[in-house]
Amino acid sequence: MASLKDIKRKVSAVQKTKQITRAMNMVAASKFKAAQSRMENFRPYASKFMDVLNSLALRVESISHPLLAVREPKRLRIICMTSDRGLCGGFNTNLIKATERFLKEKTKEDKEISLISVGRKGRDYFRKKAKIIAQRVDVLSKFDMTLAVAVSDDVITPFIKEEYDELYLIYNQFVNVSVQKPTLVRLFPLPSIGQDADIDPDTRLDYAYEPSEEALLQKLLPMYVHVLIYRALLETSAGENGARMAAMDNATSNCEDLIRTLTLKMNKARQAAITAELMDIVGGTEALAKG
Amino acid sequence: MSEGLTLEIVTPEKMAFSGTVEEVTIPGTEGEFGVLRGHEAFLTSVDIGELNFTKDGRKTYFAVNTGYAEVTANKVTILIETAENSNSIDKDRARRAKENAEARLAQVAKDTSEYERARLALLRAVIRISVAEK
Repeated sequence: MASLKDIKRKVSAVQKTKQITRAMNMVAASKFKAAQSRMENFRPYASKFMDVLNSLALRVESISHPLLAVREPKRLRIICMTSDRGLCGGFNTNLIKATERFLKEKTKEDKEISLISVGRKGRDYFRKKAKIIAQRVDVLSKFDMTLAVAVSDDVITPFIKEEYDELYLIYNQFVNVSVQKPTLVRLFPLPSIGQDADIDPDTRLDYAYEPSEEALLQKLLPMYVHVLIYRALLETSAGENGARMAAMDNATSNCEDLIRTLTLKMNKARQAAITAELMDIVGGTEALAKG
Repeated sequence: MSEGLTLEIVTPEKMAFSGTVEEVTIPGTEGEFGVLRGHEAFLTSVDIGELNFTKDGRKTYFAVNTGYAEVTANKVTILIETAENSNSIDKDRARRAKENAEARLAQVAKDTSEYERARLALLRAVIRISVAEK
């Protein structure tokens, strides 16, 4: 049996760990609330924007924009969105696994594929394993629409210049505080917008469009990309903190269990030590009495 | 509401403004234009520039980024990617951004996307400085 001193030391270490995991849980909980309210605040912007984009698309007969160009998909790019920090359970590992499956599958099909990393965890993993063509790390703790615009610029210009054929985004879709699902979406070429949106033609206001419907659409399409990427960033931030809350909560209860077990062990060791000492004393007294 | 024009400035972070105003001036792509109650319905794109509106006789200034403006007879909805109220603009940061952008423009070749990005960054910084001073 380990000595009493060793067990005591271990109990103290586990107690300190428990304090840390509890603190991390609380911090993650408050960050999660903030991320959730950002998602709420984004909804009016996103839905109004989509309404206008869809009704505009319905009015334009044939939309032509380089972002809609369909080419034979030989060269692919994928944006892999992870968190910057770990200790969030399976959040990043599941996403990275899904990304690897995608990479393997596409490489088997003989396609050339390069990675854009948003978030340190993905970058660190794929550093030596895939071709990382752009990266943005340590940006997730404090970001706004400007980050989404920057990431969009990274991908829009090369696509228009025909440097690659298809763009995918893989990120953790926020289902609820304890469930995040790795989700793969194809960003470019953009899907045909407005064709299958159910807009009641009677409620569509008849505007005058300045300068023209086509010109407006040209302007709004890149904004659409910003919306998609910003939404993914918000979901990643919320999901990361939700996952960390759960992971740290688990860790805290594990610490409690461990402390309980160790305390029992410690008491047994303490009692054994007392018994041994008593035996020593009694034995010594006996020996003295006899002699 | 029988009088007044309803104005909503929507950004991804929040509703930057929602209320009744007398008049709003918008930096449209085709030029700056003002909107009063009773305007014809139209939809136009908004460029980097200064947006201002008059409420209760007082003017409020915003530095805005790209987006669109939806105008009807009694409501104006402006949807833009960023909007900064004149009071909340950090002039020093804007000035530094302006200097950085100018430095980049001097180094980068024209007709590249990097040049365009620097030009837009410069324009944004200049607008922010000018709005901050109002």
